[in-house]
Amino acid sequence: MPIDKIFKDDASEEKGERARMASFVGAMAISDLVKSTLGPKGMDKILQSTGRGHAVTVTNDGATILKSLHIDNPAAKVLVDISKVQDDEVGDGTTSVVVLAGELLREAEKLVASKIHPMTIIAGYRMASECARNALLKRVIDNKDNAEKFRSDLLKIAMTTLCSKILSQDKEHFAEMAVDAVFRLKGSTNLEAIQIIKKPGGSLRDSFLDEGFILDKKIGIGQPKRIENANILVANTAMDTDKVKIYGARVRVDSMTKVAEIEGAEKEKMKDKVKKIIGHGINCFVNRQLIYNFPEELFADAGILAIEHADFEGIERLGLVTGGEIASTFDNPESVKLGHCKLIEEIMIGEDKLIHFSGCEMGQACSIVLRGASHHVLDEAERSLHDALCVLSQTVNDTRVLLGGGWPEMVMAKEVDELARKTAGKKSHAIEAFSRALVAIPTTIADNAGLDSAELVAQLRAEHHNEGCNAGIDVISGSVGDMEERGIYEAFKVKQAVLLSATEASEMILRVDEIITCAPRRREDRM
Amino acid sequence: MALAFDEFGRPFIILREQDQKTRLRGIDAQKANIAAGKAVARILRSSLGPKGMDKMLQGPDGDITITNDGATILEQMDVDNQIAKLMVELSRSQDYEIGDGTTGVVVMAGALLEQAERQLDRGIHPIRIAEGYEMASRVAVEHLERISQKFEFDINNFEPLVQTCMTTLSSKIVNRCKRSLAEIAVKAVLAVADLERRDVNLDLIKVEGKVGGKLEDTELIYGILIDKDMSHPQMPKQIEDAHIAILTCPFEPPKPKTKHKVDIDTVEKFQTLRKQEQQYFDEMVQKCKDVGATLVICQWGFDDEANHLLMHRNLPAVRWVGGVELELIAIATGGRIVPRFQELTPEKLGKAGVVREKSFGTTKERMLYIEHCANSKAVTIFIRGGNKMMIEETKRSIHDALCVARNLIRNKSIVYGGGAAEIACSLAVDAAADKYPGVEQYAIRAFAEALDSVPMALAENSGLQPIETLSAVKSQQIKENIPFYGIDCNDVGTNDMREQDVFETLIGKQQQILLATQVVKMILKIDDVISNSEY
Repeated sequence: MPIDKIFKDDASEEKGERARMASFVGAMAISDLVKSTLGPKGMDKILQSTGRGHAVTVTNDGATILKSLHIDNPAAKVLVDISKVQDDEVGDGTTSVVVLAGELLREAEKLVASKIHPMTIIAGYRMASECARNALLKRVIDNKDNAEKFRSDLLKIAMTTLCSKILSQDKEHFAEMAVDAVFRLKGSTNLEAIQIIKKPGGSLRDSFLDEGFILDKKIGIGQPKRIENANILVANTAMDTDKVKIYGARVRVDSMTKVAEIEGAEKEKMKDKVKKIIGHGINCFVNRQLIYNFPEELFADAGILAIEHADFEGIERLGLVTGGEIASTFDNPESVKLGHCKLIEEIMIGEDKLIHFSGCEMGQACSIVLRGASHHVLDEAERSLHDALCVLSQTVNDTRVLLGGGWPEMVMAKEVDELARKTAGKKSHAIEAFSRALVAIPTTIADNAGLDSAELVAQLRAEHHNEGCNAGIDVISGSVGDMEERGIYEAFKVKQAVLLSATEASEMILRVDEIITCAPRRREDRM
Repeated sequence: MALAFDEFGRPFIILREQDQKTRLRGIDAQKANIAAGKAVARILRSSLGPKGMDKMLQGPDGDITITNDGATILEQMDVDNQIAKLMVELSRSQDYEIGDGTTGVVVMAGALLEQAERQLDRGIHPIRIAEGYEMASRVAVEHLERISQKFEFDINNFEPLVQTCMTTLSSKIVNRCKRSLAEIAVKAVLAVADLERRDVNLDLIKVEGKVGGKLEDTELIYGILIDKDMSHPQMPKQIEDAHIAILTCPFEPPKPKTKHKVDIDTVEKFQTLRKQEQQYFDEMVQKCKDVGATLVICQWGFDDEANHLLMHRNLPAVRWVGGVELELIAIATGGRIVPRFQELTPEKLGKAGVVREKSFGTTKERMLYIEHCANSKAVTIFIRGGNKMMIEETKRSIHDALCVARNLIRNKSIVYGGGAAEIACSLAVDAAADKYPGVEQYAIRAFAEALDSVPMALAENSGLQPIETLSAVKSQQIKENIPFYGIDCNDVGTNDMREQDVFETLIGKQQQILLATQVVKMILKIDDVISNSEY
């Protein structure tokens, strides 16, 4: 008597080898997809959304590519997820983590084919990743105490991060900018305080870091365009019609005159409010919500600069920069903390007018104005700069740095190889495989640059046989070179996160021996 | 389908729409049911034990779960067969009752069904088999009691507890840092345990996860963690020695439940209303301030105006805190949940040593830590991990470990794991079988066979020769008359589970056997399956 079915109609079940095959294939497909974007000579991808308008994105950022893919393969989803987490956590290395996890699985597939149990492979991988991490820890450089050297480290890290992106032409310029911006944060990782404004036009080289704060808003009509020694009130209050908030209140009148009276009272109320605001002794008023013509006019009369509809982030940043508090009631002007800045003026970038606050009390926040030929370029530039900022801000907290250009991978591979030789049992195959997967990263970097990867990696391996070697692949000149001399650095935190989450993800996929897919939820036909 | 006809040849209608239903009867029904039950058990079999594999489940919305936990696998499997659903229930009730051993119980039930099938082929009546199983299970449970050991621990020496939790965790993906997780679980349970009454309220342990960092960063917080931030960006990020007002009323104008209208028809009324409104906000904030609160935690939202007033009066506040969290905060800080501003009094405030906001990663993620609470009876386990699936799986594993620790506090008895307890029971049941006259004897023997299948699956999953290993261990147990020999899953080199420190709780094991027997009995008693055929 056969069992007809246990699962629902459309549900499917894949077992054992087939399940493993499905997840290996899916994971490798994803890793191959982003592989070609790795390294300074990596290529970009065009993403076209299926939504209305078929918006196009051109990018080199692994996380962005993977985020926009619609994937059905469960194992592939795991990889997409780790790349996203890498993005959230350290901001860079989103491609490397997927490529490494893909390589680990590719090696694992070979091992499984030669009849090694997945659990043994996992045990080996774990030992190897621990060993690799220790190898890195041994070789880290920490210039925490030497401010000047640390700054130059940061600069080099920023340049290394940026050189794989569209900004590589002007990487010195942007690296300087990013480092300056991060130093202004004074150790906090709150990247919110760095505002990036994109304005098409000009060239990438025209981008600049502004000490002050730039608000992408217009100044009300008839109000001063330039204020020195400004006292700023940052507010979040309704300046259209001030509603009565008591629930159920409504106006019921029986004659036109009464309507007029109440309208008058309403206006009076608004006038009161404006008066109170003016009573704070300010000359600039920034509100999150709309400001209607009537109060705007009142402000103009009082010679006060009123800026309406600054969004939430703008308000928060402005509060941060000028040191004012965000106010919603105006009854006690003496205790409300006002923001101050030396100069408010309207500036022109390209064709747009922006409001520029300079000489602020608290120098934490700053603005980066990006210029570029098109929206796509600007978007990509923003993403690249964001990566650099993330890495830098994390590095400020964890000051350990490593050399780049495939150097860390070779160092790890060497240690892991040695561990494999020392380990008895089947695990050593897995450990060996781990080292092969690590070497795949410099190989890919070289391949993407159109270099003879086999030759270069072999050369590199030989170099690394010497103790304390700094050799890595210099993609620009296409040869093996001393990474310290060429100034190619990477943050330790990024490398560590890549190593750990790639191992974790591959372990997770390896442990699976059965995939059960539920019936997809039926969408009701919406007519 | 057999129909009954009356003398005129018209069919009697016994079941409504009888010809649209499929019907299985007698031995066919039992066989079909057994086959379905076995199919479910087969899926879980490879997840058993420290070397068990995981399952990847894709939900109806394309979401992915990777897990090793029997109850979770079955719950998400979306089964359609009634008997399979029974097995799902079985695993769930083990989960509710004990929290651990959800895979084992299904594997056990599957093995019992498999044995029952053989007995059916011999022509033994299903009821006799069921009775035999019942007797056997009683023998097994008694034997477990006999071979169990009490072990001693107290607040200062919780090492044995940690060992047991480690056994549970070793089969999960988190076994990389099982030691630290086990310690966290035990400490958490001990923190909330009522050792006098031997009871643990697991609701007091909150398990919170956040993607990012690594598993090693998982920590135990003696306090509460809420995924919220201060209502106003400029409120202080850290408050020492906080007095917390816990409110369930919004900082908004009152909204009476009854329908009402406030009519404005004159200018005066308009103005008084305006004044009242302002006064209202002012009073609310003032009341909180008056009772001496230094932090307001509110279940509802704030009006912009109220928000600023709070900020202005230097009263930090958190809004939109969920009901469950609110209760936990109340328990932890010793405060009372206050539904109205009028009822706010100084005694009702909760107290906490430190309240601080902490941000994570590069995105705008902040969480609020409430620590050093007056009554530290609520703790939070904060899990970090590489990705979402990892966090979810860790949560489940921690839950299992917490349950095990709780069970041990309730009942200190343990049995040895690694299949040792099953093998010992199997021997005992086998020996007892000879004493029963009658057909049941066969059923009891079958039960003993079925008990062997758990260690067998363990050995299989660990890549050992199942039959060889099992027989070796069995003979060792008989020869030395020591019930501590089990399957050496981790290839340590010894079969003695005492040396390997592999324990399981006695109640967990007993429950497994009892529940599995019950379900199998139920399935065996079914002799007619009527189902609607495809329509």
